[in-house]
Amino acid sequence: MIEEKKSMQEEVASLVEKWKDKEGNLIMILHELQNYYGYVPRPAALELSRVLHAPLARIYEVITFYNFFKLEAPGKHTISLCLGTACYLKGSAILLNEIKTLLNIEEGQTTKDGLFQLDVVRCLGCCGLAPVIKIDDKIYGKVQKNQVMGILSEYAEHKPEV
Amino acid sequence: MGAKIVFIKDTAVNQDTTQDFYVHFSNILRENALEGKVQVVRVADIGIYGQGLVVKFPEENIIYANVQEKDLKNIVDKTVRDGQVIKELLYQPEPKQLRIVLRNCGEIDPENIDEYIAKDGYRALAKAINDYQPEQVIEELKKSGLRGRGGAGFPTWLKWKLTRETPEAQKYVICNADEGDPGAYMDRGVLEGDPHSVIEGLILAGYAIGASKGYFYVRAEYPLAVERIEKALKQAYDCGFLGKNIFGSSFSFEVDIRLGAGAFVCGEETALIASIEGRRGTPRPRPPYPSVKGLWGKPTAINNVETLANIPPIILKGGAWYASIGTEKSKGTKVFALTGKVKNSGLVEVPMGITLREIVFDIGGGMFSGKGLKAIQTGGPSGGVIPKEYLDTPVDYENLQKLGSIMGSGGMIVMDEDDCMVDIAKFYLGFCVDESCGKCVPCRIGGYQMLNLLNKITESRGELTDLDSLKRIAVAMQKASLCALGQTAANPVVSTIRYFEEEYKDHIVNKKCRSHKCKHLLNYNVIQEKCKRCRVCVINCPVNAIEGDKEKGFFVDPKTCVRCGKCYEVCKFNAIFKE
Repeated sequence: MIEEKKSMQEEVASLVEKWKDKEGNLIMILHELQNYYGYVPRPAALELSRVLHAPLARIYEVITFYNFFKLEAPGKHTISLCLGTACYLKGSAILLNEIKTLLNIEEGQTTKDGLFQLDVVRCLGCCGLAPVIKIDDKIYGKVQKNQVMGILSEYAEHKPEV
Repeated sequence: MGAKIVFIKDTAVNQDTTQDFYVHFSNILRENALEGKVQVVRVADIGIYGQGLVVKFPEENIIYANVQEKDLKNIVDKTVRDGQVIKELLYQPEPKQLRIVLRNCGEIDPENIDEYIAKDGYRALAKAINDYQPEQVIEELKKSGLRGRGGAGFPTWLKWKLTRETPEAQKYVICNADEGDPGAYMDRGVLEGDPHSVIEGLILAGYAIGASKGYFYVRAEYPLAVERIEKALKQAYDCGFLGKNIFGSSFSFEVDIRLGAGAFVCGEETALIASIEGRRGTPRPRPPYPSVKGLWGKPTAINNVETLANIPPIILKGGAWYASIGTEKSKGTKVFALTGKVKNSGLVEVPMGITLREIVFDIGGGMFSGKGLKAIQTGGPSGGVIPKEYLDTPVDYENLQKLGSIMGSGGMIVMDEDDCMVDIAKFYLGFCVDESCGKCVPCRIGGYQMLNLLNKITESRGELTDLDSLKRIAVAMQKASLCALGQTAANPVVSTIRYFEEEYKDHIVNKKCRSHKCKHLLNYNVIQEKCKRCRVCVINCPVNAIEGDKEKGFFVDPKTCVRCGKCYEVCKFNAIFKE
């Protein structure tokens, strides 16, 4: 237990290092933390508060203001469904409902087995392919409702090897 | 059978040899005994200019341009006699696009600085530092008439001049690459396709203003853009375009990247500054403007990606050249992200003053769906819709504003008859309500109340007085909100009411949505003549709203029906209708 705590201290220290002396570094440090952990764990935020001599509230006010920062561990695969205008016009709301029904989760939630997380995003910047679903780093363009099941099953079949 | 007509015309600018050409053409026809097959007609205007001798076969719509006398034999042999097309001679229409900002996108390897340099890259910077005083750079921009491409259209030279004239040793320039407008990706296109042109623009801004430090504020959602800027910055440092004593002058300039974190309001300049400073991205009242008190209290010029990418060509070719493109008050070109129900969606760069029709039909290839165009939305959540009656309006800042929309950052979304204007307004307003930072009351509460009213209308509970309430709240938001997000959040609602009030009334009075988008206003039922009594709809209905039996036929009970559309989807005989 002590071992683990020590390692998080070290991790946070090494993530902060690059930005330590720069002005206005908090958001960039939070990016580093999230890149590393996949989200901003509370113990890491506590540690950050200690290292930066900043009140915890100052750190959380920033985390909670920006949509990009997460407070909970994300699922194994992140589904980003685009609800930008071009995608919306071409029916992405229908895709959203389909995914919600298939996975039985709401937006922002993770499936019980931790395999999928469903995020709604505003524009992935590939409006020419609308409607677009992004799973991890892979973009699926011009998706039809009846293709959703097939796309999701690609990920369900390949269970995590760990 | 009568003779086919062939039009000819010399379209060269400074001569007209049509007559000579006519004689020659006729002679060759006669030699080949084909004079009865075609009739050569000299015309005064053929719709093509500066393309030398033009020969047009109107029936087959074959147009040959820059025809030489020696080509005539060929034309007579192949096209007149055999009806074949001679590809080499075919007229290539002038493209309607004009690429200044996107000049290198798709032309060069964005990760290789040498390719950018080979395309005159960093020559504008060398020219400015060696030949121009900073004031002259600003003067050149003034001549060019360039206005901010982020949306508001503030003159770029004036912004720079004000920042330059504020007495302070430390100044900053910021490139605003926090492109958050849903349905627009111009900045992403430039940053990923030609990052050096934006960096060069930023360095030039630093030189003109007297700043030694610049920032890129980029969306974290654009990882490839971030990666390319990082690489490009490193290359620029290695080549000496960034760092100390650039080109041996006393000018030194550093650039850093800061990432956004998914907050639309951070595109507003004071919120963006707060975010770079590591705080919540909430705007503050202006004045003081950032040109006086910006990043860390120092004078700061914030420019959009597209604005900066325009700077190097302006310095290189001169402000007068840039000012020769576009309309009286809007100079140069604009990049649009043309999306929605259009055949060819993508980034297009066009001179200001082009009509919406040309963009959608000539460049975009017309409608994707085969349905009629209903409206075009520009300016994203801060803009409005432009109905099809105004398709021939020349695009510039003033004209779009007159129509109740704005230029915005460059989203252009084409909508067809299947799109419900109330639903669109609700979509945009929902976005602004989500993204409102919550600092000022008009935006936080006004937006929420308007959204409630729109929900009420689309859920068949609307009353006519709701329209007045919407208009009243919109005015309050426009007048009293702290920043542009709140001031413009009501625009999509106001402009859809302005042009499509009938559609709102249809929702409110008749409880009908003509585009079948608002599901609470839909009614499903069975078309008895088409129904084969297969019971598939009955089995699939999640709320058992379809009653009846094989003898009497089936009916949807509107009281139980939840308008999910399942029956409509599963019926193989198209025997369910919705209205």
